[in-house]
Amino acid sequence: MTNVKVDTVAKTYGSTKVLTDISTEFVEGSFTSLLGPSGSGKTTLLRIIAGFIKPDEGVVMIGNNDVTNIPVWGRNIGMMFQSYALFPHMTIAQNVAFGLERRGIKGAAARKEVDRALEMVRLPGFADRMPKQLSGGQQQRVALARAMVIKPSVLLLDEPLSALDRRLRQEMQVELLRIQRESGLTTIFVTHDQEEALTLADTVAILDKGRIVQTGKPATVYERPTTRFAAEFLGDSNFLEGKVEGGAVRLASGTVVRTASTLPANGSDVTLAVRPEKMTISSGGSHANRLEARITTVIYAGPVLSYLLETPDGMAVKLFAQNKDGVVLKQGDTISLDWSPEHTIAVAS
Amino acid sequence: MRSDAVLNEAVRGPSGPRKHRMLPSWVATTALLLPTYAWLTLAVLLPLLTMFVFSFMSATPMGKAPITFTLKHYRAFIDQPYLLNIGWTSLVIGFWTTLLCAIFGFLAAVALARATVGRMRETLLILILLPFWTNGLVRVFSWTMVLRENGFLDNVLHMVSADTGSISFLYTRYAIVLGLVHGYLPYMILTCYIALVTIDDAIIEAAASLGARWWTILFRILIPMAAPGLISGAVLTFVPVIGSFMEPRILGGKVGVTMGTVIEDQFTQAFNWPLGAALSFTLLAVVLAIFATFSGVLRRGAAA
Ligand SMILES: Nc1ncnc2c1ncn2[C@@H]1O[C@H](COP(=O)(O)OP(=O)(O)OP(=O)(O)O)[C@@H](O)[C@H]1O
Ligand SMILES: [Mg+2]
Repeated sequence: MTNVKVDTVAKTYGSTKVLTDISTEFVEGSFTSLLGPSGSGKTTLLRIIAGFIKPDEGVVMIGNNDVTNIPVWGRNIGMMFQSYALFPHMTIAQNVAFGLERRGIKGAAARKEVDRALEMVRLPGFADRMPKQLSGGQQQRVALARAMVIKPSVLLLDEPLSALDRRLRQEMQVELLRIQRESGLTTIFVTHDQEEALTLADTVAILDKGRIVQTGKPATVYERPTTRFAAEFLGDSNFLEGKVEGGAVRLASGTVVRTASTLPANGSDVTLAVRPEKMTISSGGSHANRLEARITTVIYAGPVLSYLLETPDGMAVKLFAQNKDGVVLKQGDTISLDWSPEHTIAVAS
Repeated sequence: MRSDAVLNEAVRGPSGPRKHRMLPSWVATTALLLPTYAWLTLAVLLPLLTMFVFSFMSATPMGKAPITFTLKHYRAFIDQPYLLNIGWTSLVIGFWTTLLCAIFGFLAAVALARATVGRMRETLLILILLPFWTNGLVRVFSWTMVLRENGFLDNVLHMVSADTGSISFLYTRYAIVLGLVHGYLPYMILTCYIALVTIDDAIIEAAASLGARWWTILFRILIPMAAPGLISGAVLTFVPVIGSFMEPRILGGKVGVTMGTVIEDQFTQAFNWPLGAALSFTLLAVVLAIFATFSGVLRRGAAA
């Protein structure tokens, strides 16, 4: 239960800069998701924190200790792998006890800890089985028990659930969250899956090309993306481009859009992001922003309808609506869209 | 395949219902296994059987002496107790050779499987297999050049310190073991390497994250997980080593009298094939007994 800090860490392989100037802090007891496209450096960052990779520059701190030059085995970390990585020639109990043995805990004391850990992951009575006799989900629980039993300073997980099917995955998410909350263990979780990142984590860090582009609470990162990349990578966004004019933004079509974001000086180019679900099909309400658009496609997805629209000057706009009355609008209809300046975010492009 | 189908068509007539399984499955199984069994019979069973029959004959069948059935060759160890000593020497040489091969072979395989990638790994593998491809006789004789008095080893020593004596250990058991280890190490490296490359990196990383240093990883993870490779390597080394005669003869000189050389003598010098055959089968029985005990111990160890 410790702060983990990464300070100006950089890593280069050959001529590719995999990580550039990464500085971030993982607060004690927090559950952070590292989110980013493939190749953005998530695994590399996690492995630098774990100690499998030495950074070219920068410092890794666990608690008050600079661990940059301490190898993996001396860092007291809990690690979970996509492939479970249980020791196939040991029983479940021996697997879980492995880390305890390294700490000189043996015999009855170890046995008690092992039993407690297996109970925590709801696998009591599995102690004497071999890993092969367990299902994938059960093996991953054992891996969690094995990582937790040593009371690590930080729990590191690299896409630990992506080998599981959807139901098991959700079940494990709930389990992981419960155990993380109960233990208050600082946890760093790498995932591709944004829904997983948003539901599990209390902090999301978005990586792009080896840089952390935004860190914050899931709701903040989602509602207030600071860059075009973040707005696009996490969820869906419409982007409106225009010029600042008297505290508002004039689009190329001449439409003036208001925003609650702070804008740069008059005359500068800006990009505004609007989430498709924040737009509503006009009810003649008093929302400040409005666009006319023609429906090009209606996508029926059960509870949600997605409309793909086109404004008269050819800009594509996406809108998500709750499916309250079924499909009433159809392709070719022209509608007007409303949305609030609150939901109009100026982003760096 | 095609001619089969045509044949069946002809037998049943074109209008008959097409049955997919035309032959009982045991026929197909037997047919498929036949080449294997034929090869085994030809290459293993027949020679062994011939030798087994020889071992009960009173004299080599090519001579003029009348042949009668006898068990006397199997009493060789009782009638000629010095054979027991020779047998023991062979077992000791086999034990040390296998042990040294296991230690160096496993470490080399670990280095190969874990610490190298790509081209480097291929190059190293080829280098390791090189002694395999050289003629065994050349290999062994080259050791005599190294080990003999004023040989390569002594020369190197004298370059370092001129006035020390010779450390030549040619014509000792150490020389025999050295030559055998050199010859059989590739087997061990290969079998261990094959077992080691299948181990997922994540397993080793998991162990390290739990606090394991390299020796813990070696003894608790790598060796137990690669045990099948170690065991097959040990079998592949031990069995030919205790029957070997070339290395003991050339590198052992006077001390190089082993079961292998004694058996070879029966065939080439003494022209007593039945005794040679009987000694071979006795040796085989001893080896099988050792493995049976060993695997029994292993199994009990695994069960406990
Ligand atoms: N050992 C290495 N040698 C050379 N390049 C590497 C090495 N490890 C990673 N890279 C490169 O570093 C970049 C980041 O890799 P990393 O595995 O951290 O990405 P990631 O965000 O985890 O991707 P994914 O989501 O696909 O797992 C990639 O472009 C990768 O090719
Ligand atoms: Mg990755």
